[in-house]
Formats: sequence, structure tokens, C-alpha cells
Amino acid sequence: MSTTVEASHHSGTGENYLTAGYGLKSWLMTTDHKRIAILYLLSISLFFVIGGLFAVLIRIELLTPAGDLVSADSYNKLFTLHGLVMIFFFLVPSIPAVFGNFLIPIMIGARDLAFPKVNLASWYVFTIGGLFTFAVVLAGGVDTGWTFYTPYSSTYSKTAVGLTAIGVFITGFSSILTGLNFVVTIHKMRAPGLTWFRLPLFIWAHYATSLIMLLGTPVVAISILLVFLERVFGIGIFDPALGGDPVLFQHLFWFYSHPAVYIMILPSMGVMSELIACFCRKRIFGYSFVAFSSLAIAVLGFLVWGHHMFTSSQSIYAGMVFSILTMMVAIPSAVKVFNWAATMYGGSISYETPMMYAFGFLGLFTIGGLTGLFLGALGLDVHVHDTYFVVAHFHYIMVGGAIMGYLGALHFWWPKMFGRLYPEAWAKLSSIVIFIGFNLTFFPQFLVGYLGMPRRYHVYPDEFQIFHVLSTAGASILAIGYAFPVVYLIWSLVRGEKAGPNPWNAKGLEWTVPSPPTTFNFDETPVVTEEAYDYSRPVEGKVV
Amino acid sequence: MSEHSIPARIYYLVFATLLLLTLITVEVAFYDLGILTFGVALGIACFKAALVILYFMHVRYSSGLTGIFVAAGFVFLAIMLTFFLLDASSRDWQYQPDSSGFSMVRPS
Ligand code: HEM
Ligand SMILES: [Cu+2]
Repeated sequence: MSTTVEASHHSGTGENYLTAGYGLKSWLMTTDHKRIAILYLLSISLFFVIGGLFAVLIRIELLTPAGDLVSADSYNKLFTLHGLVMIFFFLVPSIPAVFGNFLIPIMIGARDLAFPKVNLASWYVFTIGGLFTFAVVLAGGVDTGWTFYTPYSSTYSKTAVGLTAIGVFITGFSSILTGLNFVVTIHKMRAPGLTWFRLPLFIWAHYATSLIMLLGTPVVAISILLVFLERVFGIGIFDPALGGDPVLFQHLFWFYSHPAVYIMILPSMGVMSELIACFCRKRIFGYSFVAFSSLAIAVLGFLVWGHHMFTSSQSIYAGMVFSILTMMVAIPSAVKVFNWAATMYGGSISYETPMMYAFGFLGLFTIGGLTGLFLGALGLDVHVHDTYFVVAHFHYIMVGGAIMGYLGALHFWWPKMFGRLYPEAWAKLSSIVIFIGFNLTFFPQFLVGYLGMPRRYHVYPDEFQIFHVLSTAGASILAIGYAFPVVYLIWSLVRGEKAGPNPWNAKGLEWTVPSPPTTFNFDETPVVTEEAYDYSRPVEGKVV
Repeated sequence: MSEHSIPARIYYLVFATLLLLTLITVEVAFYDLGILTFGVALGIACFKAALVILYFMHVRYSSGLTGIFVAAGFVFLAIMLTFFLLDASSRDWQYQPDSSGFSMVRPS
């Protein structure tokens, strides 16, 4: 986009948001959206490692059919903590809290988010929720599954459900605050000339995500609070003995948690649009369809939660309605995938690391989405519900989709965030290792699930072992693939080549400011005069 | 953003109304209104909530956009309750294959 700001005249002064203050206090009291993004990056990376360690233990246990490494009770705690940490403390905040925070103000030509202090507060709230989760581990863990289904979490639980409930309840508020901040910022702080239909699709995706955060998160907070009230005060809400209904809990939980799966994938879809436009040197095909499909997903995503409850005592009639609605939510997802493919068609594609992740996302998300349709088919789901087929489905979406998007974003904007380039060959190699490791880990799970291996068991019949061995082997490769970026990205901070303002020759306001940006992003408010991704015009001063 | 100040009188008035409605809620609890019991209690509660949202939370004096967001919250609440009730009210319906494919029948 052409702007009134000249990139070159900032660089050289040396002053940027990283050097604007030193010492712990300058970080812990910062209201700079970019520094808060870095705080989030550190916190969620820590949680990713912890969640990963739980996964390692799970995979080692499943290597053999016998329950030899851990007891059944410990196994229950392992998969619960794995899911809990990965979903609430890594995936939900991942792209919004790190890249959304960092990029939204810069992409729309603003100096910060609308409420910088609220933004910092959201990180503290997140951290407090995280501390509760550490306390849960110290208190002996929790074994309800990340879904907290009653009566596991109410009548029959002997583990630290109360602490966990408080932790998740508190963390929910950090999402709400982030969502609120994004919505207000996107409505109120766009630069002159930056109309809704000139916004990068990353912004549209985050707008839709924020709506879900605002409308959905209170419900999960309330349902967890209700469990808490039932446990502590014996108020009958979910316990039939007290006049409650256990299936009501599943309704409340999934009313949030199905939309929450879109909290995890929509930002990643936003990243995809940026990556594909840049590395195909084309405007996204059907821009407005891709923009509106984000909103459609946000709204329709609220109408399908019953597909998690086909085999509960939910009525068959409700099941049929939810099944039909589930088929509908696949449409906007497919619109995006087809439009990205159409963007690539005739584009000038290059294969830098972020694009490698974009390719990974496209294939894996499509497999995840299509198997979602199998699961959404009422009759078929009765057979595969609660088997490894479901586990494979959502890992294709959440690891194959959301984490691929996260890594793509990390590699695309890393030079912007830290002003350094990473070694491209290593990065490309690890993207390939991750892709292979991922598929070897999760594809066998579709097969073993279809053959009848239930989820959440640590002992299984001998004939399933081959699939679990493959899966554990894949997980080992995946772990190595994830370890590479940790090493070379940290290395790049010290030794990496300095990045210019626009290492990818990309379009977008964030590429017009220095890398790393200055504290206030722009010296003068930019004026936007062109559409997003207008690669037909040269990037300022350069021939593309 | 409403920068114009709202007279304190309004706040006292709303507060008094809320107290009054609370007393009424308590009072009607002593009468048997049959099928209306639930509706009356909920009606009063909703009215009170509306007062709080409009006056104490300033939505009355805010932009239309804020109003839309507040309304959206209620629309989604309505969606949630509709589907809860859809399930709860059809739990005993039976699935019955017949010549036209199948139909759902309520046990009589
Ligand atoms: C493209 C549309 C999608 C459809 C039609 C779909 C459908 C389904 C269905 C029917 C189930 C329930 C299966 C069962 O428990 O028997 C399910 C489970 C699940 N899906 Fe999807 N899904 C879709 C996309 C997604 C996305 C985008 C995510 C995450 C980012 C996701 C994450 C999950 C999770 C976490 C579960 C399992 C939850 C649990 O029981 O622990 N799905 N999906
Ligand atoms: Cu779902």
C-alpha cells in the first residue's frame, strides 16, 4: 500500500520498540502492543512445551498394548492436562494474542490497540490462569478430560477440578479482553482511506475471531462456574440426583467449545491469506467472499455444537438438525480453500518457508475438514464417536491447520518482529520434517480409530499396536521438527542477518515501517490509497 | 462515547425502581399464579436487567454500534436456549422407518 511514510528515513536511528526501554519493569509494565505480543509469545511457548511433554508421555505409554509406563489414573491425568494446556493455554491465545496483538494496529495504521492497558491486563489475567494450572499439576492433576463432562467433573471426581475450573474461568477473561480490544480497534482506529474492503484478510479473520471470543467465552466461564457451584454448594444443575441434567453441561460446554475450535482456526486462515497473496504475488481471488466467509464461520459455528453429542441422550430430532447445520458450516471453510487455490492458479509462486507452511495448512486442513463431515453425518458418527478417528480429525485441524498457520506466521513476521533473518535452508528443512512427522503421527490414528480403538484408553488389543508404533515414531519426528525452529530462531536473534523493512517484498502497512518497528509504529498516520494485496503495482521503490 | 453527563437524579430513579421491583418479586412469590409464576418472575427480572444495561451501563446514551453488539449478545443467548429446548422437548420422540423413508413420532 502506498503511504505517506517513507520506510527508509526511520532506519538508522537504531531506536525501536525492543530498545525503547530495558529491564524487567519496562516489559512488565509496558502498554506497547508489540511488547505485550512478545510477553504472550514467551508464555504460550512455555505452555506449548509443557503440553508437548504430556503428549510425549502419552505416546510412549501407547507404544505397547499393556499399560506399563503409567497407571490408568495417571493416564487420565496426562491426556486431560495435555488437552487443557494445548487448547486453553496455547491454541486459543496463539495467533490472536501474539500476531494479532503485534500486527493489527500496524496493519491498520494505528499507534496501538484501542485500550493498551486492558491489553496488558489480559496478559496478567492469562498468567494468573496459567499459575492456577501449574497449581493443578502440583495438587496431583485433574482427570476429567479437557471437556470437564459431568459427572466426571462433579459427582465422581476426586481430583483438582476446582482449581482447574478457576484457572480456565480466569483465562477465559483474557480472551474476552483481547476480543473486545480487537473489535473496538478495528472499528475505530483504521487509517484514513483504509475502508473495510481494503483491510488485509488477516484483520477480517481476527474480527470474526473476536466476535466469537466475546459471544462465546462467557458461556464456558458460566458453565464451569455452575460445575463449581454444584460441587461446592450442592446446587442441583447437572446431577440428576439433585434434579439436574448432565447433558445440559454438554450443551453449555459445546456452545462455547465448538465456536472455540474456530477461535483456533480462523486466525490461522487469516494468516493463510497473507502468506498466499505474498508468495503468489497476487491479490486473493474473491477477496470479499473470503472476508465474509470468516463472518459466516463465526455465526454458523454457533449453530452446530450438537454434533459432539450425537451419542449422548440428546434427542434424535435435535441430532438431525445439528447434523444438517454441520454440513452447512463446511461451506464457508471450503470457500476459503477454493479461493486460495484459485489465487495460486496463474500466480508467481515461490517456496519460501512461510509458503511451505501454507501448503501444509491447505492439505492438512482439507483432510481435517472433510473427516469432520464424516463425523457430522449422524449415522456414521455413532460408529466412530470417541474413537481415535475423532482424535485424528481434530489434530489434523488443530495441529495440521492451526499450528501450521502459527508457524507460517512466525516465519513470515519474525524478521518484522525482531529485525533478523533466520537461516532459510534450516527453516525449510524443518517445515518438511514437521509435515512428515505430523502425517506419520496422525494418519494411522484415522485407521486405528476406524477399526475401533477408543480414545482415552491406555491399554488396547495387540492388533492395534502397529498403528500406535507408527504414531509414536511420527511423534518423535514431529518433536525434532519443532525443536529446529527453537534453535535457529533463537540463534537468528544474535547471529541472523539484519532484515530490511520488507524482506519479502510484501504489500501491507506493516512492511512500510522499519524492522523492528518503532514504539509508535508510524511517525505520521499513513493514508491508504489502494486495495489490499495490490501486487500489480510495484512495492515502493522496488520492482517485484 | 457519551461525554454529556447524565443527571444523578436519573440514577437514583433507576435505583429506586430496581429496589421496588425486587420487593415486588418477593411479594409475588407468595401468590400462586399457576402457569404464570415463571413468566412473571422472569419478566420482572428481564425488565430490571434492561434498566441496568440501558442506564447504569450507559447503552442508552451510546452509539448504535454499541447497541448492535449488546443486542447480538441476546440474539446468541436466544439461539442457545432455542436449541437447548429443541433437544429437551423432543427427547422422547421416536424414529420410525416407514414407506416414505422415515418419520419422527411422539409417543402418545
Ligand atoms: C469443517 C468443519 C468441521 C466439521 C464438519 C467438524 C465436525 C466434527 C464433529 C462432528 C465432531 C464430533 C465427533 C465425535 O465426537 O464423535 C468433531 C470433533 C472435534 N472437532 Fe471438528 N469439525 C470441523 C472443523 C473443526 C475445526 C476447525 C476444529 C478446530 C480448530 C475442530 C476441532 C474438533 C475437536 C477439538 C473435536 C473433538 C472434541 C472432543 O470431543 O474432545 N473441528 N468435529
Ligand atoms: Cu464441533
